[in-house]
Amino acid sequence: MAIGLTHYLVVAAILFTLGVLGIFINRKNVIVIMMSIELILLAVNINLVAFSTHLNDITGQVFALLVLTVAAAEAAIGLAILVVYFRNRGTIAVDDINMMKG
Amino acid sequence: MNAPFVMPALGPILPELVLAVGALVLVLIGALRGEKSYGLVNGLAFVVLALAAAALVAQPAGKVLVFGDSFSVDGFARIMKAIALLGSAVALVLSVDYLRRENLTRFEYPILIVLATLGMMMMISANDLIALYLGLELQSLAAYVIAAIHRDNVRSSEAGLKYFVLGALSSGMLLYGSSLVYGFAGTVSFPGIAAALQGQSSLGVILGLVFVSAGLAFKISAVPFHMWTPDVYEGAPTPVAAFFAAAPKVAAMAMTVRIFIVAFPGIVGDWRQIVVFISIASMALGAFAAIGQRNIKRLMAYSSIGHVGFALVGLAAGTAQGVNGVIVYMAIYVVMTLGTFAIILGMRRGDTYVETIDDLAGLSRSQPFMAYAFGAILFSLTGIPPLAGFFAKFYVFAAAIEAKLFALAVIGVVTSVVSAYYYLRIVKIMFFDEPAQSFSPLTPALKTVIAVSTIAIALFWLAPAPLVSAANAAARSLF
Repeated sequence: MAIGLTHYLVVAAILFTLGVLGIFINRKNVIVIMMSIELILLAVNINLVAFSTHLNDITGQVFALLVLTVAAAEAAIGLAILVVYFRNRGTIAVDDINMMKG
Repeated sequence: MNAPFVMPALGPILPELVLAVGALVLVLIGALRGEKSYGLVNGLAFVVLALAAAALVAQPAGKVLVFGDSFSVDGFARIMKAIALLGSAVALVLSVDYLRRENLTRFEYPILIVLATLGMMMMISANDLIALYLGLELQSLAAYVIAAIHRDNVRSSEAGLKYFVLGALSSGMLLYGSSLVYGFAGTVSFPGIAAALQGQSSLGVILGLVFVSAGLAFKISAVPFHMWTPDVYEGAPTPVAAFFAAAPKVAAMAMTVRIFIVAFPGIVGDWRQIVVFISIASMALGAFAAIGQRNIKRLMAYSSIGHVGFALVGLAAGTAQGVNGVIVYMAIYVVMTLGTFAIILGMRRGDTYVETIDDLAGLSRSQPFMAYAFGAILFSLTGIPPLAGFFAKFYVFAAAIEAKLFALAVIGVVTSVVSAYYYLRIVKIMFFDEPAQSFSPLTPALKTVIAVSTIAIALFWLAPAPLVSAANAAARSLF
């Protein structure tokens, strides 16, 4: 069986769903949320590269490279904010992020 | 083989270049002079924003596409950029005194504002999905850090964390949608997508459009992706909340309008359902959820959700008249919001800032200027003629009725009436309740911002033509 565009799209869709579920179902740890965000961005990259090959168009790969770069910057800023938060609260459990409600 | 590389003309992107180079110079100054450089960097940040505004005003009229058509400088971009620059500059003015009192005078703050503004200008001009994503992320990454700038404060860091997690999720959804649109349309350029679709929609494109809309709804804080707004506004320092409520919202709205109008003009019927749904949901939530709020920053967050819903009414029309309404609405909204936040920053006793609505009790007796100005702004937010807020609503509802969206317009007017309840309740508390402890006198900067925005709101009916005709020309440049 040849592996075609559809297979890549299905894998990416599954990864994307796992990433979104990881953010919403996870109640334990903010680090897991960061990993889920990375998973979402990587699912997007699989999509972009698969489409790029399928369409024989280089734009998708350029897009994927830029997404990788931005993902690194995003992870750096996210971890920095997480460190600041941990210094103030002494915990990074998702259930404890509840100072403001209403 | 390849076409010879030609350096694109840099004239059309001069405002962005000024901001980018300016931000880098400011970082260098801050790094060399250390923690004490806040005053200098802050002053220079104003200069950079003013230079960018001057470069923007000096641009010749007409439409220019640069960088392989990925960056569009047209009338729409120019007017939205002007509003965004104004919002950023005023937010910076509002922050000076607050930061000094709260010991937050870090030179990073003005630099991050300048960088976020650069991101907004890129979002507004973006003419393909890649440029859109990069501008959006530049703005968002700076905004996450600004939200958590009060790093010794639990609420500020929690606001930053919430904003980051939900913002990153929304960027992910926007990107996933972009990848599907790219795959099924075969190009990332907005006009290219419109040409590829030829008025026909395929399932893949619709799926991509839904994900893109979810990401966009998040950035303009429309229901059902609004949940970060009240928490972030409440937790972040007040001038930061003022900044978030004004400029980034204008930029995100401009980006939303451009992507729907330029990239998907042939399938209005498909995306109109989405826009109508989030518009109605935002207006309703903005009207009902704000009723029980006691914290004025949370109340303003729900109010801003409602206002985004009203602006989306114009987009739902999908016509030049509708886009005209959106531009007018956002311009007036920014003026009203900045005025309101200037008042909130004026709620100060000594060095303590208070945020509950009950603290405003009897304000008309202790500080009549502040009370009357806030009263005028609140009536304008409600949409009572002849104040500017009425005209903002008038133009979007008129466009909706022209487009035969009668139900949407009626629901809009009804929610606007519901929202009058909580706006007028504040007026009642200020004018008829027993006085609470009075506030410290307003600083000159706050006084100026409050006076200018109140005068602009109160006298808009005398000369609506400059804004409306400029918005009209800007809206037509998209079609």
